[in-house]
Amino acid sequence: MTLRAIGITVRFDQRLILDDVDLSVDDGEIVALLGPSGSGKSTLLRVIAGLLRSESGTIRWDEQDLTALPPHRRQIGLVFQDEQLFPHLDVAGNIGFGLRMARVPRRRIAERTDELLHLVQLEGFGHRSIHELSGGEAKRVALARALAPSPRVLLLDEPLTGLDRELHDQLVVELAAILRSVGTTAVHVTHDVDEAKSMADTVLTMGDLRRDRPSA
Amino acid sequence: MDEDRSAVGSVVGAVSPATASEAKAADTEAAAITRSQRHASALWIAVVPTIFLAVFFGWPLVTMLRRGLAWSAFSSVLGDSGIRSVMWFTAWQAVVSTFATVVLGVWPAYVLARYRFTGRRALSALLAVPFVLPTVVVGLAFLALLPDSWRRSVPAILVAHVWMNVAVIVRTVGSFVSQLDPGLEDAAATLGASRWKTLRHVVLPLTKGAILGSVAIVFLFCFTSFGIVRILGGPAHPTLEVEIWRRTTQSLDLSTAAALSVIQLVLIVGALSIWTWRQRRAASGPVAMRTRTAFRTASSRTESLAVAVTAVVAAAFVLVPVGRLVAQSMQSSRPGNPLAAWQAIVHSDLGASLWASARVAAGAVLVATAMGALASIAIAGNPRAGALLDAGLMLPLGTSAVTIGFGLLITFDHPPIDLRGSWVMLPLGHALVATPFVVRAVLPTLRGIDPDLRHAASTLGARPWQVWRNVDLPVLRRALIVGAGFAAAISLGEFGASSFLARSGTETVPLAIARLLGRPSKLNLAEASALATVLMVVIVAILLILDRQPGGIGQSDVHRRRARPARVARTEVSR
Repeated sequence: MTLRAIGITVRFDQRLILDDVDLSVDDGEIVALLGPSGSGKSTLLRVIAGLLRSESGTIRWDEQDLTALPPHRRQIGLVFQDEQLFPHLDVAGNIGFGLRMARVPRRRIAERTDELLHLVQLEGFGHRSIHELSGGEAKRVALARALAPSPRVLLLDEPLTGLDRELHDQLVVELAAILRSVGTTAVHVTHDVDEAKSMADTVLTMGDLRRDRPSA
Repeated sequence: MDEDRSAVGSVVGAVSPATASEAKAADTEAAAITRSQRHASALWIAVVPTIFLAVFFGWPLVTMLRRGLAWSAFSSVLGDSGIRSVMWFTAWQAVVSTFATVVLGVWPAYVLARYRFTGRRALSALLAVPFVLPTVVVGLAFLALLPDSWRRSVPAILVAHVWMNVAVIVRTVGSFVSQLDPGLEDAAATLGASRWKTLRHVVLPLTKGAILGSVAIVFLFCFTSFGIVRILGGPAHPTLEVEIWRRTTQSLDLSTAAALSVIQLVLIVGALSIWTWRQRRAASGPVAMRTRTAFRTASSRTESLAVAVTAVVAAAFVLVPVGRLVAQSMQSSRPGNPLAAWQAIVHSDLGASLWASARVAAGAVLVATAMGALASIAIAGNPRAGALLDAGLMLPLGTSAVTIGFGLLITFDHPPIDLRGSWVMLPLGHALVATPFVVRAVLPTLRGIDPDLRHAASTLGARPWQVWRNVDLPVLRRALIVGAGFAAAISLGEFGASSFLARSGTETVPLAIARLLGRPSKLNLAEASALATVLMVVIVAILLILDRQPGGIGQSDVHRRRARPARVARTEVSR
């Protein structure tokens, strides 16, 4: 099973943000995507998630063409840089959100939520308000929420940016371990080379994705 | 939030506490100290507006309370089953109107705040129009629109209330939604929530606070509705306001009217306090807000269709009653001459009502602008005492117009101040209602002036009055024009207080309309519609002109427009 983005072009105000870009991610593979800010990394993630329409190009999951599907039907998870936790729901409510959308029975949601709280080492945090979370805790909840519905692919949009160095390094290790233990396919966007190397099976830069380049 | 900046939007905004955001000049410590010293001297300026408020609002209120709190009046009122049913009707029609307004208003509010589509700005301005129209004009428009069997009926009242007040929801809920981080909706989508489920499970719960807040405002308007109920309800369906007016002007039963005014005041204050208390308890904690708007473009065909249908229905919702009103002005009994009613208002005594309205509005504008400007200076200079004056000046807005008119009537009909038969009662009453709007227009601009600009002028040798003349006034001039425009629009449409105060041959246009409707005939109806059309055109024109004022309301427009491309690029592409 392979996620493929083929020939993605995004233009905004005459400015070419993505120019004929290809990306292919194999089952269980963790790809880190490096690039300076403004190089279109986040834009590519948003196109893959379906939050942004590309001018041309297709998104495929094996033989299935996802290009025309709205984001909620793609089963592609996204961890946002600024978490985007729902302020009106507690931690458990946030983690269970995707399962509720999929009409999973309530008992199963509770089990799965506990499972994920355990995975991100936040046991007992279920009823906390998200306003009480520290920066690192909020990141973990965001990760747990995106993993809960078991997406085909998990996209991570600079999830560890904006943390202090110590916490950042600790979370890099944790995040890598979690992604491995779940065995999920993932695309991790970052501008930190060390972070990319310690997380991913494959490290690509935005320049590698240009189709007109001779294949590396 | 483009719609927040429109003049009509600001009128709605002035009455909604949820959106009071005012610019403040960044202060260095030294500047702050000099400012505090300078401002201590500005307190005496508050004297004039304070006296104005005390004499023309405070005193009448006290007079009314003293008359209304007489035990005999109270017991006879509460024992009267007719009055009990009036109270019951007032309450339930307000609840039902408010509920329907909220249910119908939330979706268009969301669409206007979130989606980018052709004509969005125009539709946003259009949807604010019903709220600024005089109640008599609205009543008449629905009289023209609804089938005969609906006239003088409760559903007609409810429909008209909804039509007017949807603007409040669109404005308050819309401005909240436009600041809500769209990333939350994106997050819901990546978790498998369809657009519909996102609305239901994310947007609606987060917007609950804003909705509950606007509910209080809409309820207040519907509870104290006077013009619409008088025109559409007929004698069979009086609200408390109409009953107070009827007792005062028709059965001359002043003590019952005073008791009813007191009861109404107590009911309003009680209902709003309970509501605010419950709302505070229901609040779900802080919500991450952003200062810039991020629009989305419909991404599926169903979504585009939903947006298009909403836009078309909303536009028709506003335009159909208005169009029907104009059409009715050309349906007089004289065959072959559709303009008979229009000729009549030029040639008959109805022309005099246009003149009277102009005269009263001019007086109200003078008084309200002067009081509003003085009050703003005092408020800006004295944070504590100023806040008190600010709140005091808002009171007449919360009190019903009928209460204001009634209070003025029973206070100034005998010495020491006897204004019976004098036309100045009208502009004074209107100015009470209009002054807070002037303050809302002027105060933010005044606060936005960097105090060091004044200091620069004085170090260059300008005397205090020269500083005022050369620094403050040029900046304030446009805001004053905007405030004056609001005052004019309010005065031209004012009906509640006017119904009590105009006994002296000063018949303004809304009063003339009501008189014509009291003796319904085809020609009278056409003439009333013609007058209402004139009023509507003048008021909308005033607000459109204010909207184009480069200074006052649209001040920040220039910067916003310039910043837009970059901002959208950030929110839509690279986030």
